[in-house]
Amino acid sequence: MEVIGLKKEKMGFEETELRLGLPGAEAARKRGFCETETTEDNKNGTVDLMLNLSSSKEADHSTDKPKEKTLLPADPAKPPAKAQVVGWPPVRSFRKNMLAQKKSGEESDQKSSPNGSFVKVSMDGAPYLRKVDLKMYKSYQDFSDALGNMFSSFTIGNCGSQGLKDFMNESKLMDLLNSSDYVPTYEDKDGDWMLVGDVPWEMFVESCKRLRIMKGKEAIGLAPRAMEKVKNRS
Amino acid sequence: MPRIAYAFPDEVLEHVFSFIHSDQDRNAISLVCKSWYEIERWCRRSIFVGNCYAVSPVMVVKRFPKLRSISLKGKPHFADFNLVPEDWGGYACPWIEAMASAYPWLEEIRLKRMVLTDESLELISKSFKNFQVLVLSSCEGFSTDGLAAIAANCRNLRELDLRESEVEDLSGHWLSQFPDSFTSLVSLNISCLGSEVSTCALERLLAGCPNLQSLRLNRAVPLEKLVNLLGRSPNLVELGTGAYTSEMQPDVFSDLSRAFVGCKQLKSLSGFWDAMPYYLPAVYPISSRLTSLNLSYATTESPYLVKLVSECRNLQRLWVMDYIEDSGLEALAVSCKDLRELRVFPSDPFGLEPNVALTERGLVSVSEGCPELQSVLYFCRQMSNAALVTIARNRPNMTRFRLCIIEPRKPDYLTLQPLDAGFGAIVEHCKNLRRLSLSGLLTDRVFEYIGSYGKKLEMLSVAFAGDSDLGLHYVLSGCDNLRKLEVRDCPFGDKALLANAAKLETMRSLWMSSCNVSFGACKLLGQKMPRLNVEVIIDERGPPDSMPESCLVEKLYIYRTVAGPRMDMPGFVWRYTGP
Repeated sequence: MEVIGLKKEKMGFEETELRLGLPGAEAARKRGFCETETTEDNKNGTVDLMLNLSSSKEADHSTDKPKEKTLLPADPAKPPAKAQVVGWPPVRSFRKNMLAQKKSGEESDQKSSPNGSFVKVSMDGAPYLRKVDLKMYKSYQDFSDALGNMFSSFTIGNCGSQGLKDFMNESKLMDLLNSSDYVPTYEDKDGDWMLVGDVPWEMFVESCKRLRIMKGKEAIGLAPRAMEKVKNRS
Repeated sequence: MPRIAYAFPDEVLEHVFSFIHSDQDRNAISLVCKSWYEIERWCRRSIFVGNCYAVSPVMVVKRFPKLRSISLKGKPHFADFNLVPEDWGGYACPWIEAMASAYPWLEEIRLKRMVLTDESLELISKSFKNFQVLVLSSCEGFSTDGLAAIAANCRNLRELDLRESEVEDLSGHWLSQFPDSFTSLVSLNISCLGSEVSTCALERLLAGCPNLQSLRLNRAVPLEKLVNLLGRSPNLVELGTGAYTSEMQPDVFSDLSRAFVGCKQLKSLSGFWDAMPYYLPAVYPISSRLTSLNLSYATTESPYLVKLVSECRNLQRLWVMDYIEDSGLEALAVSCKDLRELRVFPSDPFGLEPNVALTERGLVSVSEGCPELQSVLYFCRQMSNAALVTIARNRPNMTRFRLCIIEPRKPDYLTLQPLDAGFGAIVEHCKNLRRLSLSGLLTDRVFEYIGSYGKKLEMLSVAFAGDSDLGLHYVLSGCDNLRKLEVRDCPFGDKALLANAAKLETMRSLWMSSCNVSFGACKLLGQKMPRLNVEVIIDERGPPDSMPESCLVEKLYIYRTVAGPRMDMPGFVWRYTGP
């Protein structure tokens, strides 16, 4: 009974999720929302980077004020409790860096460049690049949440007078999902294009020069490595 | 030029005009008659261009042949919060190139939110023989190599200020490029640089520049080195320390204190990264001299902050983190009766729960205790209408009020009502309010108040507020002096925008993102208003003319211009061009 219930929940979650394929499937998944997910669900060997577009994360937590999450402007409902809205609160990057620095300093006592680590992020199909500061994030999970927010406007259009209607437009989402995911890749210091997720987070931050979120098909050259990694770990 | 007989010859008029410095007055003079326009344009020495796309470099050079100083602003303000994509624009290069050929005697360049390359910096350093002032505020695109060119070639440089720019830090050696004979430096701000700069080079520079009044170091300069540097610059008025932390050594402490005292003109302190409580009291001996204190990088606990601030009885400006808490602000209100500007920054902006005891009470205390308070930037997690009304009544002399309640759409925490009445009181009582930022739960009602009372309002920032087009309409139709409006995540749409199209030509710019404006409206606006650039930042769905008219735009930036469509629009910015 419980298994079925879980699956059902997970289905609802999937529908609104933009997946990024990642090697090291299980590890990443465990960091995420469904803590008891099994590897059976991971048939294609990719892992959800958990670019959540719904508040299904809330489902596991009892909250006093249940909120309908949406990133659409037309929706008058409150914004999500956990997701970060881009550019809000209006704190400038150098301040955010400094605060993130202090936190990581307390945790790990590392000295790093106070200037943050800005890299350009491109996503196939999106018309413009974004810049992110990798030092703002503590883990791949954290980072993928932020990416999801940043690029969500490209995956859910808001045509028509009712943005909510579009939110329910599953076919567009299913298309994305069926096209075997987006794969996040990055260019490292040596100029090589690598799959995100192979190395520990801190090492990734140090070596990443720019990011590209590729559509699954284009990442075929890199994908076999992902499959290998998955096999090695399972 | 046809000569018309005047009571005064041109030279006399020109001499009279030379006493008029304010841009607005100069603009007014130039409108009196054609002759005055001509005379004025030949003797204008300094201009400010609030939007670099409102006019072209060619036009500026043509109209004002003898400029010595230029200020330019590029990207919209919301670029500070990552709402404007990379490569949007704001390129300084065409301006620098135009000026390099037209103004060999140019002395000052001030840029804000613009993209500047090393090549441009090199061009600056070689084109202007008497170049004196370079201020790059929130700029990007250049590296320390460009700075090296400036250091090496600008023999008469007085001011080099990189405030909050993003500089590619290739090395700290650029500072060594200042020649030994260099003596003219008055102000240096390198606080945004990440890597270490050579302390030797700094010491040498300071030793050679006796007129140095303002020095803002970067975080990488350790506290021990600060003492030496202070020793070499006794005339400092403004100091930005580096990291204000070190092992607790009484020697260093007393040296530091003595060094502060030795700078007899010192009035303003900033920096204080990672400030250790142990070293804060080193400032006490000079605390009564201080008029400006920026502790916004000092992640120090409350009691130490409070003690320091209470000692600075002549403080006019305080920037601090919310670690100061309500109790600290109460102490501030008691001690600092000359306070004019307060900014309180959040220590944990993304946390869900409050991490410090800072609420609306702190701000209310300061508004009660500080009669000169005019300018406020305040981040907090709760607010009430009652508090806002109190603040408004206490401080009708307020000119800038920016309140950021961290959670979007948060209501009055006491009554659970929208904060319309509170902000309404602010605009009603503060008759000289020029800048306002709203937050919290707000309906169209607040905009009605703003439109009715905000007659002097020049800049308004709105987020997650309002119910309908009426909100936007109230503002656009009521705020007579509105220059800049920036809106995000509000249900404002076509009706209000189109109904107030003419208003847009009286403003510098309008930014709207995540609102309800359709492509159709943008097209229409673009068609009807040739002196506006209606720029839509497009997304993957393609250019607006391929979409149904009813589709909503995600980001919209409208600004008045006499330069027509800009030539450097990236692929993702669309502007109406068709018939």
